Amino acid sequence: MRKYTPKDNVQAKAYYTDRFWVAPRVPREEVEEGTHFAEVVAALGSLAKEAHIEIGQLVIHINAGENFQVIKMLKEQCGYAQCSEQSAVDYLAKEGEFELFYQLLNVHEAKRVRVVCRIKKDEAIESIVPLFKSANFAEREMFDMFGIRVNNHPFLKRIIMPDDWEGHPLLKTYPLQGDEFASWYEVDKIFGKEYRDIIGPENRDPARIDRYDTKRFSRIGYEVPFGADISGGETEQPIEYSETFMVNYNKSSKQLDERK
Amino acid sequence: MQQPNKLTPFFENLNFERENNTMVINFGPQHPSAHGQLRLVLELDGELVTKAYPDIGYLHRGIEKMAENMMYNEFLPTTDRLDYIASTSNNYAYAHAVEKLLGIEAPRRAQVIRTMLLEINRIISHLFFLATHALDVGAMSVFLYAFREREFAMDLMEDYCGARLTHSAVRIGGVPLDLPAGWIEKLAAYIEKLPEAVKMYEDLLTENRIWKMRLENVGVISGEEALNWGCTGVMLRGSGIKYDIRKEEPYELYSELDFNIPVSDRCDSYGRYRLYMEEMKESVKILKQLIPMYPETEPQLMAHAPQYISAPKEEIMTQNYALMQHFVLVAQGMRPPKGEVYAPTESPKGELGFYIKSEGEPYAYRLKCRAPSFFHTGLLQEILVGTYIADVVTIIGTTNIVFGEVDR
Amino acid sequence: MAQHQVNYASSAGLPIALTSVDKLVNWGRSNSLWPLTYGLACCAIEMMASGASRYDFDRMGTIFRASPRQADVMILAGTLSKKHSEFARRLYDQMTEPKWVISMGSCANTGGMFNTYATVQGVDRIVPVDIYLPGCAPRPETLQYALMMLQKKIRRESADMKKNKKQNLRLV
Repeated sequence: MRKYTPKDNVQAKAYYTDRFWVAPRVPREEVEEGTHFAEVVAALGSLAKEAHIEIGQLVIHINAGENFQVIKMLKEQCGYAQCSEQSAVDYLAKEGEFELFYQLLNVHEAKRVRVVCRIKKDEAIESIVPLFKSANFAEREMFDMFGIRVNNHPFLKRIIMPDDWEGHPLLKTYPLQGDEFASWYEVDKIFGKEYRDIIGPENRDPARIDRYDTKRFSRIGYEVPFGADISGGETEQPIEYSETFMVNYNKSSKQLDERK
Repeated sequence: MQQPNKLTPFFENLNFERENNTMVINFGPQHPSAHGQLRLVLELDGELVTKAYPDIGYLHRGIEKMAENMMYNEFLPTTDRLDYIASTSNNYAYAHAVEKLLGIEAPRRAQVIRTMLLEINRIISHLFFLATHALDVGAMSVFLYAFREREFAMDLMEDYCGARLTHSAVRIGGVPLDLPAGWIEKLAAYIEKLPEAVKMYEDLLTENRIWKMRLENVGVISGEEALNWGCTGVMLRGSGIKYDIRKEEPYELYSELDFNIPVSDRCDSYGRYRLYMEEMKESVKILKQLIPMYPETEPQLMAHAPQYISAPKEEIMTQNYALMQHFVLVAQGMRPPKGEVYAPTESPKGELGFYIKSEGEPYAYRLKCRAPSFFHTGLLQEILVGTYIADVVTIIGTTNIVFGEVDR
Repeated sequence: MAQHQVNYASSAGLPIALTSVDKLVNWGRSNSLWPLTYGLACCAIEMMASGASRYDFDRMGTIFRASPRQADVMILAGTLSKKHSEFARRLYDQMTEPKWVISMGSCANTGGMFNTYATVQGVDRIVPVDIYLPGCAPRPETLQYALMMLQKKIRRESADMKKNKKQNLRLV
């Protein structure tokens, strides 16, 4: 029977995991009173579902519908004037959700906050471009890579992949080496589908050696002319010193090995 | 008569559509001053740019996808190819993020070496910026001079790690090699000479009438807008906002070092050019302070964390347990704890951060590279509007974008 | 002391050198190879370095041209992504004959370390390649050596480009 491979996550997996392995967790700290982060959490009030500090940065979990409101409050009341990064994590296989994060920076306090929310597969998220223009490219990239729709984005279009690309590459269901469409993309685009046979499929195996290729592989002891057809097998040649003027050319060629 | 078809195409039959006196022109993706593979679609009214639309993705190589399919140590050489002008800063940013996730710290000697390499890379990158920017603006000789100095810095990197461009000189948990013999002296000689070279470039350019005309009041962006567009690094400091991650959120030895953060209130390309020159001088200052720190350190190079980091080579070769542990770490990979981390560093281009989401597996569940150039490219759609077409090249040059990290 | 006649023009006419047309044409072609500045990724930096002060490409008659219409050699320096492949082929088509292609770096040769959905697995799927240049990134010396190898190759070729059978795909 063929081995079952799950289709919802085709990324590389550990080939061996101990039965009793339980992954530890990065320590999460509570927000201490009197710090800058405590003020942020207090300002957000009930909008923050959960807040903790993870590796020096405040992580706030919110409802996806309130993202614009929360980020507006963070920008206008707490001084988070820059949105450094915005993207998503694909949890469709496990939980059927995307996790979205917004990484914000307060320049005056030198503090960073990560706003995290979750959306279901076909849900859309509100754009924060009116607040942070840097989200313009970031949200387009998120749309391109995950297919997450962003409402009220000024120009939601593929940014990194070509416009006629199929599939969203960073989904866990998308294989690293691409699907059928990706593997023929450049041939179809430049020459047309009819040239697929002439050009042939991509070679994805970096260690591939063609037994009968006489153009790229030398065969020591079995030398043949460049590009010769050896599908019928080649004959063994004795290894000789090359007869250049640097070698003692009065002597006839000498056998290198004792094969004969 | 030749008939156009897919295999023997005609390219002379392009037509430009002109309506209400605007013209759409296409810039790139192959253009000598596009700094790689930037494609800009510009709408022109006469010579004035009325709309700019940057089209990126021509160097997309799927690096973030590769990160999900590679073990943590395996992925490190790939980060070289992000910002390929200053590779070590990417290696460091990645290693720094993973170290934060693991909760380990590199030993002191590794920190000194890393900080040295980071600053040499900053010099390499800034010299490269100067060379290409000057070439774009039309000062060819500066290109030749700056590349000369850059080659000496590349020699230093080559002496250390053996590669000119793709260094992989920083590993997770430390550095792989100690400094070779005589390296410190070479570095000292180089940083002794560099300020003279920088002074020569400044003499050539700073008061140069043409240079000033091409750069002054070109690419103006206010501090507020710069923050809003996600600008970092020199783009932000050139707009009067003093924010340098080395100072504000210090990593490695930067909290112990004495250096200034140059800031310019001019908000234009000229101010940014001045900042690049000043930053090179600050890097020299940092390197000078690092040289006496090196002999005071213990010779340990990699952090001691047997769960994540292999033992030194000597122990692997002599002790059975170290060999087994090394084998497991290479074959199965380290398993960081579950959690997420965003670690920003100040790369020569700006804030380079890695967001890593770990699910406790040897492969990262999600890795997002926060590249400064990506956001600087986004800025082009605003900063180019209202400028003349001759300034487009200057503005692209001054943002100092590298397409390896824009498209990833 | 014997006085040598040096004024050939006035006495016995010009000196004569005999050669074949092929050799003469190839001598001209091989000694003024103008590459297209086609930097794609990391290798482009090494290509720039080889054009700059230390490695000085100009002494080989190599001057980088920005327009494909003025170029003889296309140095594909770096990773070719699938989005860009169309333009690479278009630039190749825009170059005038005779034209040669150097594939610089592992990414251009085979896709290299980027064995992903977005990269072309070897530029020879798109354009015929004359010289494959290994390395990631190849040093400037390697690029210069590749150019010298290409010069050698050109000197072996026929001046009539139609007679030269390209080994790889040429779909024209």
